Amino acid sequence: MEILAAVLISVIGAATPLLFAAVGELVVEKSGVLNLGVEGMMVLGAVGAFAVTLTTGSATLGILAGAAAGAAMALVFALLTLTLLANQVASGLALTIFGIGASALLGRSFVGMPVTRLPQLDLPGLGDLAIIGPLLFGHDVLVYLSILSIPLTIWFLERSRAGLVLRAIGESHQAAHALGHPVILVRYLALLFGGAMAGLGGAYLSLAYTPMWAENMTAGRGWIALALVVFATWRPGRLLSGAYLFGGITVAQLHVQGFGFAIPSQFLSMLPYVATIAVLVAISADGTRARLNAPASLGRIFHPEA
Amino acid sequence: MRPRLEARIGASRTMVYATPVLAVALTMACGSVLFAALGHHPPAVLYAFFIQPLSSVYDLAELTVKATPLVLCAIGLSFGFRANVWNIGAEGQLTLGAIAGGGIALWAGDDAAAWVLPAMIVAGLLGGAAWAAIPAFLKTRFNANEILTSLMLTYVAILLLSYLVHGPWKDPDGFSFPQSRMFADSVLLPLLTMGTRLHLGAPITLFLALGAWWVMARMFIGFQIKVVGLTPAAAGLAGFSVNRLIWITLLTGGALAGLAGLFEVAGPIGQLQPSISPGYGFTAIIVAFLGRLHPVGILLSGLFIALSYLGGETVQIELGLPLAVSGVFQGMLLFFLLAADVLVRYRIRWRRAAMVQEAG
Repeated sequence: MEILAAVLISVIGAATPLLFAAVGELVVEKSGVLNLGVEGMMVLGAVGAFAVTLTTGSATLGILAGAAAGAAMALVFALLTLTLLANQVASGLALTIFGIGASALLGRSFVGMPVTRLPQLDLPGLGDLAIIGPLLFGHDVLVYLSILSIPLTIWFLERSRAGLVLRAIGESHQAAHALGHPVILVRYLALLFGGAMAGLGGAYLSLAYTPMWAENMTAGRGWIALALVVFATWRPGRLLSGAYLFGGITVAQLHVQGFGFAIPSQFLSMLPYVATIAVLVAISADGTRARLNAPASLGRIFHPEA
Repeated sequence: MRPRLEARIGASRTMVYATPVLAVALTMACGSVLFAALGHHPPAVLYAFFIQPLSSVYDLAELTVKATPLVLCAIGLSFGFRANVWNIGAEGQLTLGAIAGGGIALWAGDDAAAWVLPAMIVAGLLGGAAWAAIPAFLKTRFNANEILTSLMLTYVAILLLSYLVHGPWKDPDGFSFPQSRMFADSVLLPLLTMGTRLHLGAPITLFLALGAWWVMARMFIGFQIKVVGLTPAAAGLAGFSVNRLIWITLLTGGALAGLAGLFEVAGPIGQLQPSISPGYGFTAIIVAFLGRLHPVGILLSGLFIALSYLGGETVQIELGLPLAVSGVFQGMLLFFLLAADVLVRYRIRWRRAAMVQEAG
């Protein structure tokens, strides 16, 4: 049982960065924008959070810096695609290439330096309970924040007026514009939120999951988060199971290596990527189900006078 | 006074050629600010980055050696990008080409016959195409997004190469370094000039670029690719098969990327190693856009981006700046290019706010 609890705890750790980034991207895509730069925003968030935590000694400031770094990258993307009407796919790729380069440049003096792991939230008494204690109450603040973001996003998208406007813009920006909704402003805000969430995912990686900075440490997690949005068919509730499924695959691969099965480690490391492809195929094959929830204006350029 | 964008009736020819130059100028300006912020003297860095790598015949040959894989990958990608097929897994296709061709070189051993090198080239083309066939199949059969599948396959390909050079293909006399045996001299690409690393791959690439221009400008398939990219609805009405174009563009892109990988291992590297490319397959995306998705433009932009790799190495040696500077430069360049591209399709009108209200 204790091994099981330990495994589950590491699954939560592997899933949390995916969950942050995927929730942010889901809101962005619901507003009709496809930002493929998640990986770049995430990796810059990771280095930003690490650098600020190390220099100020405050993890809180570090987390905020991670979110700010992701949001700053998203602002560049918003300027390119919303104001200057650039192609969203190409701009997202540029964001990722730039983010990986810039994070390596900014982080070069921090490679190999240690930082204290994000502390667990200590709820008196509860953490000491057998098995479920550490499982339910033994996490840091970011884990709870990532899980909390799911019901908040569901409430925002499905119950609030602003969420309704955001979804309307994602379905038809021309119709929403004709009704007087501020298409560009809403998309700017959605992108900033998405960037901040990707930055938080990065911050979790460099402050809690592996408390250190290494070049390119996101290792494709931003792309997996993009795939998770498709997996969830743009419904936030499903992101939770998706992120934990992928966290599980990542951890399973580590544990199989640990138990000394005679499978070369490289094949096990392929698992999350192969699983992503398998999941994409399974979801996309049933076209109508995916299309029902996919925002109709996704990826299309909006120019009010066109 | 506030600016607003007014759509042009057609794309501006002048701006199509002017925006890449504008983007390069803006990148250099921004790069200077960045270097000043890092405590370096900007003119010295820019000199080391862009001029010094061009100062000898050897350097010019190195520039061509680096441009070769970039141009090959970018030309393959440009076919897809024009048809709205977003293959971003050229890095993985490059790796598979290197594995397929390199496998033949290792199998042939030290006394390889004359046909082995041509066979390696064919294997490189096929290996890359086979890797690109997976996203093509998943896209046409299951409607799975090719951006994500081709990218995920890149990670798989790099891990596969890592397995091979750590395991079955490891050089038994290599002091347990993760690398294969050196290929026999007879299966290496012939050098064009002594004392440099300039190999036969460069003229082949030039020839393929001209061929690509001919396909896009003169052949029906090139016309179909352009129509599908610009107005998918018209392509549907004309009866062009979108699925067929997805297959053709992905297979072509994969084959050219695979050839690039084979040229790397049968040229400058001469063996299989865990890392055979500093991200050529990803950088080729920038090369393709900077070259306006046009084969001749891609030749020029490939040389320019190759310069940014050499420049990155020079500033690392001369000024102790990290190699990542190249990536920052390349990313900035793509940002500015995408931003400047607004001028191709729109013109900026400066009007007083009151007049805008009157008119609108």
